[in-house]
Amino acid sequence: MVKEDDILEKVTSSDYKYGFYTDLEMDKAPKGLNKEIIELISSKKNEPEFLLEWRLKAYNIWLKMTEPNWPNVKYPPIDYNDIIYYAAPKTKKKLGSLDELDPAIKNTYDKLGIPLEEQLILAGVAVDAVLDSVSVATTYKEKLAELGIIFCSMSEAIVNHPQLIKKYLGAVVPQSDNYFAALNSAVFTDGSFVYIPKNVRCPMELSTYFRINAENTGQFERTLIIADEGSYVSYLEGCTAPMRDENQLHAAVVELIALKNAEIKYSTVQNWYPGDAEGKGGIYNFVTKRGICSGDNSKISWTQVETGSSITWKYPSVILKGDNSIGEFYSVALTNNFQQADTGTKMMHLGKNTKSRIVSKGISAGKSNNSYRGLVQVSKRADNARNFSQCDSLLMGDKCGAHTFPYFEIKNKSAIVEHEATTSKIGEDIMFYCNQRGISEEDAVALIVNGYAKEVLNQLPMEFAVEAQKLLAISLEGSVG
Amino acid sequence: MLEIKNLKAKVETDEGGKEILKGLNLQIKAGEVHAIMGPNGSGKSTLASVLTGREGYEVEEGEVLFEGKNLLELAPEERAREGIFLAFQYPVEIPGVSNTNFLKTAVNDIRKSKGEDPMSSVDFLKMIKEKAKLVDIDPQMLGRYVNVGFSGGEKKRNEIFQLAMLNPKLSILDETDSGLDIDALKIVADGVNKIRSKDNAFIVITHYQRLLNYIVPDFVHVMYEGKIVKSGDKSLALHLEEYGYDWVAEHLEEIAK
Repeated sequence: MVKEDDILEKVTSSDYKYGFYTDLEMDKAPKGLNKEIIELISSKKNEPEFLLEWRLKAYNIWLKMTEPNWPNVKYPPIDYNDIIYYAAPKTKKKLGSLDELDPAIKNTYDKLGIPLEEQLILAGVAVDAVLDSVSVATTYKEKLAELGIIFCSMSEAIVNHPQLIKKYLGAVVPQSDNYFAALNSAVFTDGSFVYIPKNVRCPMELSTYFRINAENTGQFERTLIIADEGSYVSYLEGCTAPMRDENQLHAAVVELIALKNAEIKYSTVQNWYPGDAEGKGGIYNFVTKRGICSGDNSKISWTQVETGSSITWKYPSVILKGDNSIGEFYSVALTNNFQQADTGTKMMHLGKNTKSRIVSKGISAGKSNNSYRGLVQVSKRADNARNFSQCDSLLMGDKCGAHTFPYFEIKNKSAIVEHEATTSKIGEDIMFYCNQRGISEEDAVALIVNGYAKEVLNQLPMEFAVEAQKLLAISLEGSVG
Repeated sequence: MLEIKNLKAKVETDEGGKEILKGLNLQIKAGEVHAIMGPNGSGKSTLASVLTGREGYEVEEGEVLFEGKNLLELAPEERAREGIFLAFQYPVEIPGVSNTNFLKTAVNDIRKSKGEDPMSSVDFLKMIKEKAKLVDIDPQMLGRYVNVGFSGGEKKRNEIFQLAMLNPKLSILDETDSGLDIDALKIVADGVNKIRSKDNAFIVITHYQRLLNYIVPDFVHVMYEGKIVKSGDKSLALHLEEYGYDWVAEHLEEIAK
């Protein structure tokens, strides 16, 4: 086993290829968090009065809350007054078309492989790109508008669709939900907004690309997706950040609302900068994601591939309120070097005949720590609720940790709840078998890990799945070899 | 092609090393099939492991030359790329990885080591279909995950299929006959016979003579306590079958006297 551990040691140390920084002229608020900063953010964005009040309410709630200490992660205390809460690229005038986008910004997204050009139509992807705090371009807005679909930045939605914002913002994740959600509610600067009208099937994948560019900023974006009765939407989210020695905070909130017979599929490939091989730097990814199947026969499906961030703390959840509604959570969480992940889901069964499915695949390498934390709740009136949970852990080497914390609260006797868990290691025998066929150690690990994560990767839209596969392999480079 | 000189090797155990190969000599030329027979614990599988570079074995003495290269200096994947293939006694399962994907990775890694470009998907598909036909493999199996849920017989057939795909110079079949019924045995042997040529060579490790009715060897070697103690033609296998391995022991005692 000596050699195997050497191998694993080597494969898990690679370079982060999204670590570049774009020099842009920025409009930044001073460091610190107080009432004035919140007022500044609100006025910068020309927000209606109700939203400023909403923010201030959240701020007051946040002041009375304390940071959660139950996740299985460790980090030094965060100084919330040492963070810049608003940073936006300076624009000289309002953009009329994509061609007018600052070439430096466009170049950033080109480097990331996110083309904002017309060819995206061919790929069937519409992109909303968020750089630091502000949405810089939304493609295909017009084409979608023909169908009545609203896909825009949160700032625009606040100004142009205040009724929808008033009705749904905070409907799933209230300001008081948790410490980071409260913080986000107070200071969120942008994000994406999607509304799919009744009986419309969104013809393309909607996509947001988040990037933290500026130094000492926190990114607090907020995404709200509403699928009206009988509609369908598939939404993709990707993220990267430059390499920096200091940690950066990312506290986002995502809310999904599926009305009667509607379906929302939300996929994330999270590749925030994970810190270096010694554990220095990286993003603190403290995110609240929750959806509600509020109408009967609705469905929400979360798929996430988490490879980045120095610390990940997120539990994309589904409230199954409508009868016959379905919630799904498919996750691959990979940690390497000194990364820590505490991630999982909550499935709250309220309606009758509701179903949930949880497939979690953890991969730990280096000296990292990877925890699955999940809660399945079945309420009294949720007759015939069903849940199936599969939580697997794959360990690479003997210096990493994998933990599983499944919780069940079942209050209805007709519920059927199944939980399966496995822990495995990439063994010497499987590596030797691959090597004996001429396969290099790196390629063998990539094959095995992608095979292990297959069930989850299969849930992703095609182009995203290919990207995710590469990402898994890259993230493990150097941990075997 | 292969030259083994006075090979001595230990297997690592919890109590330290245990000597298994105690001075083994063997020469194999292209176009030849060598059968290695011997009782359990005589070192047959250890020989296969040492030749392919499996960890947990320590070579203490001797040398192994493969086409003039010192084989023992190479990593397992480098040996494979030189053209050494092991059909495993116990093939491993790789969940989520299709046979096609697995073989494509193998073929392209081997090509890369030779400075060649990856094979195009069209050419690869053509080759895989052709080879599947050659060794009588159901094309449906190609989409299935490597050995997952395969019967014992299917696993062994899959090994021969991989052999056909990678087209090695020297193939080592490690007890490929174990656990096979007669029909599966015939299919496996038939595949090997089709691949057999004047340019490649085989080492067939087996406990029983039965397989050698179908894969007819040019040479038969008897291994006993870490050495080849007797070599002959195919009739030696029949003789062994009749008299058993005790005969070897008695024979050796006689020589000792």
